[in-house]
Amino acid sequence: MFNYQFDWAVVTSGQYAQWLLAGMKVTIELSVVAIVGSFILGLIIAVMRMSNVKPILWFAHAYLEFFRNTPLLVQIFFWYFGSYKILPKVVNDWLNTTNFEFSAAVIALTIYTSAFIAEDIRSGVRAIPKEQMEVAQSSGFSYLRSMYYIILPQAVRLTIPPLINQFLNLAKNSSLAMTIGVAELTYQARQVESYTFKGFEAFTAATLVYLILSIVITWMVTLYNKQVLNPLGVR
Amino acid sequence: MIKFQGVHKWFKDLHVLNDVNLHVKQGDVLVVCGPSGSGKSTLIRAVNKLEPIQKGRIIVDGKDLSDAKTDINQLRAEIGFVFQQFNLYPHLTALKNITLAPIKIRKLSRQEAEGQATTLLERVGLADKRDAYPAQLSGGQQQRVAIARSLAMKPKIMLFDEPTSALDPEMIGEVLQVMQGLAHTGMTLMVVTHEMGFAREVADRVVFMDYGVILEEATPEEFFRNPRHERAQLFLKEILSPMH
Repeated sequence: MFNYQFDWAVVTSGQYAQWLLAGMKVTIELSVVAIVGSFILGLIIAVMRMSNVKPILWFAHAYLEFFRNTPLLVQIFFWYFGSYKILPKVVNDWLNTTNFEFSAAVIALTIYTSAFIAEDIRSGVRAIPKEQMEVAQSSGFSYLRSMYYIILPQAVRLTIPPLINQFLNLAKNSSLAMTIGVAELTYQARQVESYTFKGFEAFTAATLVYLILSIVITWMVTLYNKQVLNPLGVR
Repeated sequence: MIKFQGVHKWFKDLHVLNDVNLHVKQGDVLVVCGPSGSGKSTLIRAVNKLEPIQKGRIIVDGKDLSDAKTDINQLRAEIGFVFQQFNLYPHLTALKNITLAPIKIRKLSRQEAEGQATTLLERVGLADKRDAYPAQLSGGQQQRVAIARSLAMKPKIMLFDEPTSALDPEMIGEVLQVMQGLAHTGMTLMVVTHEMGFAREVADRVVFMDYGVILEEATPEEFFRNPRHERAQLFLKEILSPMH
């Protein structure tokens, strides 16, 4: 029989609850900024990946292979410990005045996830009948404008389930930001554990917050799809 | 308005357009008919460069399609194209299908575009369907919205590629009537169709194609009364009385 004394008050009130709450706020900020960023970047890379212009196609290809096939943790370390070494001093001085840990984590999560999103969106585009592109172009839209106004809105509708997966992965992957000192939820939970030795309570609380965050993301994207993107539920 | 000069096109070894020479004048209604695989769809799709050609010249509204200086997007905006499969934008309502290009390409205000779209929907008899999505419309209704969508750009030319071939028989009439109405406004029409009644009543000229070659070009009276080419005689016999 264990003789561990549960003390839920540690995580529900007082200073340690404040820490967890602050961590939750950072996790949400990190997730929301990177979700929006990776979605937009994913759309752009997907369109580049379907380009007829060889250099653009090659760039997109290299981008996808590179960022999908290397570990996110290495990418986070690269942006945080590596990237600033090749930047000019003025930029570095400016970076030091900002929250560079947070920015590096956002950049890493955004770029990493965008590669997966781009491939999902591309498969959505391929499911749209080619006549849609023909009819758009025959009304005078250029290729890119046809993509923007006609093809991508339909492709995104089809891509909603895999997109939700990518957004959930992103929200959970944001916990890796603790390795470069971003005071997000996992970081704060570990702080609480270090100070109180109440690891069970601290990480249970963190787990619950991640769970709720994931459910809320799923719910919001589904609702947006039902209300705005595809009110009839067709195709 | 549309000029084909020695036009050739190949799909690999298949010679789908073989030395086509044709002139569609402003205000003309030209019907193109022929058996399937004769190249008539390719011909009409070449007019707005949905199908590029390999030899010859196509001049539309004074602009040479093969000229690098021709802005193809600008030219396409002047040419309405109606497809066999309607191809409405499934994610937009009937009204938004019609207003999208006028707003984004012609830079009309939303108000102007919607006013114009409402008028067009009335003209094709679908005023009550403005907020319906394509999935909620019948084939005939979808095709009429598609025609209204093309007309919203105020095109100089309308191209129809078998506009009634995917419709149930009882919906063909409503679409043909809209097209007939258009012909009376003096718009230049080029129509690929098997609807010989339409050709007889509305067309100024009929073109018969097979194997990528224009075999016959005549007025409807001549064409139906006295088709010269043997293939055209056979085709008319098949299509006018399929059971013999």
